[in-house]
Amino acid sequence: MNLMRLLRGDTDAPEWYDFPGGVHPPENKTQSLRGPIAEFPLQEEYVVPLNQHIGAVSVPVVEVGESVLTGQVIAEAAGFISAPAHAPTSGTVTAIEDRPVPHPSGLTTGCIIIRADGHDTWRPRTPWAHLQDHHHTDLLARIQNAGLTGLGGASFPTAVKLAADRNHVDTLIVNGTECEPYITADHALMRERPQQILRGIEVAHELYDFRRILIGVEDNKPDAVSALRRALTAIPAELEARIELRVFPTRYPSGGEKQLVYLLTGQEVPAGGLPTDLGMLCHNVGTLAALADAVFDDRPLISRITTLTGNQLPWQGNIEVRLGTDIRTILDWAGYQPDPNRAERIIMGGPMMGFALDQRQLPLVKATNCLLVPTEQELPTPPPAKPCIRCGQCEQVCPAGLLPQQLMWFAQSHEWDKAESHHLFDCIECGACAYVCPSHIPLVQYYRFAKGSIRREQAEHRQSERARLRFEARQARLEREAAEKEARRRQRAEAARARQAEQATTPTADSSPADPVAAAVARSKARKQASQSAAGRATATVSPGAPELTREQLSARLDSQRRRLEKAEAKLAAAAPEHQKAMETTVSKLREQIHKTEQQLADRPEREA
Amino acid sequence: MLTPSSPHAVGNQSVQQVMFSVWAATLPGFAALIWFFGWGYLINAVLAVATALVAEAIILRLRRRPVWFFLGDGSALLTAWLLALALPPLAPWWIPVIGTLAAIVFAKHLYGGLGNNPFNPAMVGYAVLLISFPVEMTTRWGIPAALATEAHSLLDSARVIFAGLRVDPALVDGMTMATPLDVYKNDIATLDAAELRAEPLFSAGWRVYGWEWVSGLYLLGGLYLLWRRIITWHIPVAVLGSLTLLALLFSWNPDLRVPVDLHLLGGATMLGAFFIATDPVSAATSNRGKLVFGAGIGILIYVIRTWGNYPDAVAFAVLLMNFAAPLIDHYTRPRVYGEGRS
Ligand code: SF4
Ligand code: SF4
Repeated sequence: MNLMRLLRGDTDAPEWYDFPGGVHPPENKTQSLRGPIAEFPLQEEYVVPLNQHIGAVSVPVVEVGESVLTGQVIAEAAGFISAPAHAPTSGTVTAIEDRPVPHPSGLTTGCIIIRADGHDTWRPRTPWAHLQDHHHTDLLARIQNAGLTGLGGASFPTAVKLAADRNHVDTLIVNGTECEPYITADHALMRERPQQILRGIEVAHELYDFRRILIGVEDNKPDAVSALRRALTAIPAELEARIELRVFPTRYPSGGEKQLVYLLTGQEVPAGGLPTDLGMLCHNVGTLAALADAVFDDRPLISRITTLTGNQLPWQGNIEVRLGTDIRTILDWAGYQPDPNRAERIIMGGPMMGFALDQRQLPLVKATNCLLVPTEQELPTPPPAKPCIRCGQCEQVCPAGLLPQQLMWFAQSHEWDKAESHHLFDCIECGACAYVCPSHIPLVQYYRFAKGSIRREQAEHRQSERARLRFEARQARLEREAAEKEARRRQRAEAARARQAEQATTPTADSSPADPVAAAVARSKARKQASQSAAGRATATVSPGAPELTREQLSARLDSQRRRLEKAEAKLAAAAPEHQKAMETTVSKLREQIHKTEQQLADRPEREA
Repeated sequence: MLTPSSPHAVGNQSVQQVMFSVWAATLPGFAALIWFFGWGYLINAVLAVATALVAEAIILRLRRRPVWFFLGDGSALLTAWLLALALPPLAPWWIPVIGTLAAIVFAKHLYGGLGNNPFNPAMVGYAVLLISFPVEMTTRWGIPAALATEAHSLLDSARVIFAGLRVDPALVDGMTMATPLDVYKNDIATLDAAELRAEPLFSAGWRVYGWEWVSGLYLLGGLYLLWRRIITWHIPVAVLGSLTLLALLFSWNPDLRVPVDLHLLGGATMLGAFFIATDPVSAATSNRGKLVFGAGIGILIYVIRTWGNYPDAVAFAVLLMNFAAPLIDHYTRPRVYGEGRS
């Protein structure tokens, strides 16, 4: 609640609600707002990573050597939470390989590398003049195919957000806050292309028929606000009536999704929930402008506005640049000269939430809203950390209402359960706490470490759970197989007994050398039995863990082995000299087997019999 | 690569600045102390600070910590300074020395040094002195300059402090002992309020009598700290609020008990509320916790002053609430954004 307003006796619904905490770091925005957005020149090579969004890595659909046109799909979304990627310009696919990409931990990932042909020839496009002419399913498909992601920095696939339940959502929150110091990409966009943002709102409105649309902008962007105001007069009255442009005091991190929801509506997103739980949808102004491009002009997301700033860049401003452009070329273009006397520091994103790149040769991605190259005077290296003096400054500024100090203690002592019960996972890593800490403790680093460790432990737990299930399944399978085997064996034993009985009645049938047919039958029988016994031997000797045979089975086996021995001995006697040797080994092996089976039989307790 | 982790920007506050600001905020009150009660306060402060720095350096050395890194943070200096503000100005020289040693060695470093001490070190030092040397701690208060028969110089004070027990009665305020609070409490048994107020100690009023000035200037320094956002309003408001409330409730009859204005301005209340109780290390941390913590101190101050044996109760009230701080923290966790809304 806003005390001042209460004092004034102003009881209408307020323009904005005061969220707790927050800080006022130096804004440093003017240096990149001097000129208009510059078009960054086309390059010879583009590196398009396959994971520029939150969710599943997209799947390449082009092959090395294939020619592609500007805006052509080169990788498709893999599943629901994913996004396709498009050729930033026309040219030839020269490689599909792992390359380093901008990531806090210096990741490499699959990339499609395109050598530009310099013509920048577009694939055929089919612009839409009126949304009303098209089906919602077509519209959604068009959005899905455009590869849109949240351009505010989080890179969540836009199509997924726009697939939220239509009956449940009645409010659109448009985030034009850009509260992070230095970054002015959204500011420049609002200033120069406000109508494009409103067209994006129109697209979202077509899908949802919002009751109200709240555009939130910090009061440090008066020119953006007046540009939006002007543009608002030119849109259909039906839409304009639902739009409210709200300007509120500048304070970091008012642009955090949850903070902005509270600022504009006084409602809190439930812990662990999403704005849709409150019937709200949040989109960044850049995303909405890209949405308009995609839907009306059939122009997928192949470029974005990026702020180049920091006093180590002679040229500071905003550029419209194709995705996949080498960051090194961009910095060179801005006149960057590395300072040989100090470690290089290039930050992707702002000074509060961005991360330092570990090298320059990286592709610009959908999430690159800013490249900040500060001098040491601008953003001094923080002095070494002192012990926490429990001053509580961190708590005063935490917009999530957490106890940063306590979280730090828990992270330090690895008390993960306590950290979780103190809502570690509600920390938005805004860095406000570390910013004010007089002891210069890198608090956010502790939280990331704790979150990472907890996630890892949970993953390990899940994995061991899965392993346990797998083990149990395997155990069950082995038991089943063993049971089946035993059943087969029993069958065989019975068959053998039956044969034995048969043999007893016709003792001369297979020993008569005069009858060639009978001899052949006998031979084949002997082969079959030999192979059977080999299988039996395998189970008996090779796998000692296999279930033991009953006395019944053992005696059956003994019988068949003896019979085979008889036959083999008979054959040995009649064998031609060249076969004699082989028959001798067979006979001796059989003798061994019989001996073994006899022993097993002797060891077997009598009660089984 | 430097600082790969965000945030890359850090605010311009440092521990040193925090300590320095708190120190600076005491200066107006300190100047008034000297103006009204003599140079003894300055001598105490010098003795205490010197002892603190030497002790801190030696211990850091023994604990194998970087001496200059920690000495430079100013925390030892501030502890000694706050203790010196609370000591009788004409106490013998070893009083500030022993008190500071107790504060730095026992209350601070034996618990792990900066940030780890559960008790307010300055108040531990004060309590040790009050319990061990009750005579020196209660009979060595300076006589207000306006009531003294002749002006006393820095040299006079130094002679009393260093030369031992022979105390010139012209310098020592044997009559007020510790504070006007105490005088009122003792004398109200035999006199009524109107008679007491007619005594020179109380009737001299704002212009000459020092305690109100000192308290007022401490209040000013405290407001400065609030404005600089070095402290939050919660603890001072809770201390002063609860003390005022109790005084209005139980001390409504000035013929029976010390009235509310003396509670607020006649003792160490302002120093305690803005500078002692707000010591972050040993206080509760959350805003609600600070309110509880401060209210507890205010209540204890009143209770000990009224029904207890000690003339001024700030030190014991603070120490007792230090005990309770972890518990308070446990029960006053702030509501997290979105909590209970799902
Ligand atoms: S701001 Fe820093 S020193 Fe102060 S309580 Fe928080 S972590 Fe401790
Ligand atoms: S980083 Fe986390 S703990 Fe620190 S202020 Fe932001 S939300 Fe609070």
